[in-house]
Amino acid sequence: MPTRKPWEIPYSEVTPKALYLNRRAFLAGVPGALLTARAARAGTKLPNLVKSQLSTTGEKTTPYNDVTTYNNYYEFGTQKDQPAIQAKNFRTSPWTVSVEGDVAKPRKFSLDEIMKLAPLEERIYRHRCVEAWSIVVPWIGYSLSEIIKQAGGPTSKAKYVAFETYYDPKQMPDAVHAGIQVPYVEGLRLDEAMHPLALLCVGMYGETLPPQDGAPVRMVIPWKYGFKSIKSIVKIRLVESQPPTDWNIYAPNEYGFYSNVNPKVDHPRWSQAKERRLGEFLKRDTLMFNGYGSQVASMYAGMDLKKYY
Amino acid sequence: MPKIRWGKVLLWAACLSPLFWLGWRAWNDNLTANPIEYITHFTGNWTLRLVVATLTVTPLRKLLRLPSLIRYRRPIGLFAFFYGCLHALTYFWLDKFFDFHAIVKDVAKRPFITAGFTAFVCMLPLAITSTAGWIRRLGGKRWQDLHRLIYVTAAAGVTHYYWLVKSDHRLPVMYGTLVAVLFAYRLIALKLRRPAAPPPHKAFTAA
Repeated sequence: MPTRKPWEIPYSEVTPKALYLNRRAFLAGVPGALLTARAARAGTKLPNLVKSQLSTTGEKTTPYNDVTTYNNYYEFGTQKDQPAIQAKNFRTSPWTVSVEGDVAKPRKFSLDEIMKLAPLEERIYRHRCVEAWSIVVPWIGYSLSEIIKQAGGPTSKAKYVAFETYYDPKQMPDAVHAGIQVPYVEGLRLDEAMHPLALLCVGMYGETLPPQDGAPVRMVIPWKYGFKSIKSIVKIRLVESQPPTDWNIYAPNEYGFYSNVNPKVDHPRWSQAKERRLGEFLKRDTLMFNGYGSQVASMYAGMDLKKYY
Repeated sequence: MPKIRWGKVLLWAACLSPLFWLGWRAWNDNLTANPIEYITHFTGNWTLRLVVATLTVTPLRKLLRLPSLIRYRRPIGLFAFFYGCLHALTYFWLDKFFDFHAIVKDVAKRPFITAGFTAFVCMLPLAITSTAGWIRRLGGKRWQDLHRLIYVTAAAGVTHYYWLVKSDHRLPVMYGTLVAVLFAYRLIALKLRRPAAPPPHKAFTAA
């Protein structure tokens, strides 16, 4: 008969003191470790920001968490929550952007050069997705025209600007299911590209861009549907004729080259008259040119916007 | 004490768990940045899944030789209708705020909404006549003919989904394939059950 009571255990099974102390030290370290991981992900603070005169006024900015967890970035998955997860370890360094084609001095820019090329401005813009939702974001960057000027400016042949997104099948394994062409391409007419509102963007909410929002450098064109604002740019090419654009290639009857925000021209499958601002319950009316008409409407004077949607 | 039918209990638990999951996420303020869109997609997905499940009951009971599975068909179908109602209500209420003018325009003008609306409307008579009393009143044959509307619901539901997505069609195609397989099973079973009428007997044709 064993004399040991069932709840008694031999001393050999007791965890050595050094080990359990070690465990405590480990647990104590957990919050710190989590914090560092979070800090590294959240992006680097961008100092010396100039408040832009071109900012939208009187609008509440959308919470950072919404803008970083509800994304359309099809190379990292077609569901809204996927890019935040799949793009987490996206490598954005080293990074170069080539400004080429019909510019006087075609050249490549490193990301460091881009960050210092012009004073970084904070610009608060409304951003309207073609899917009828919208956000208000404090973007950081400067007008695209600045970098084009640094490449000698457009030659007389240049009529359009073509953009291209970085593509790496290893880092973007889901891109093959996106349904749309990769690498993603977009384009603007030269006057649109040189418009001061057309922003070359390197950050938001006071920090560098998170990968799911288009790190390290993207376009923001506030009077056009969101898909025109191409992300993770590697190439800016000035060209003579209208360049192909991704969603237009995929469904030309649904997405035009211009894709200006226009409440009067519906998407064939849904109305564009209203939009849901993330964080709001009731839908609000969509504004012509997303509310930037006084600055941009003159570029489209005389154009039939139903035809050139 | 009545016998507890564990099959039914399990079925109810399984069919209600998505709703509890949704409620749990709502309670934790975790319905994504666009809660109305999330609820719409969530309830729509579960409607389609349960329609497919309803259509799977008959092939399963025949292939597994478990005729008693039939007793699960009605509750699964009714749960499909239940999620369909939540889905439609989300659209009518949270998306359109009962703006009937906008709804009528949407249903008429947008093919994907027309398809979804068709799928939903076809479920209505099925839910209403799902009781034993209605089977009696209509008679088995007529009842069965009426309930073939579920095929319209399934086809229209898949179409609704396919037309809704922007470019990644993997999920709607998957549902479409499932529905196509379930339709094919029925067509084949029908062919096998009713072989072509045998040629008339010589004695009758010889005259």
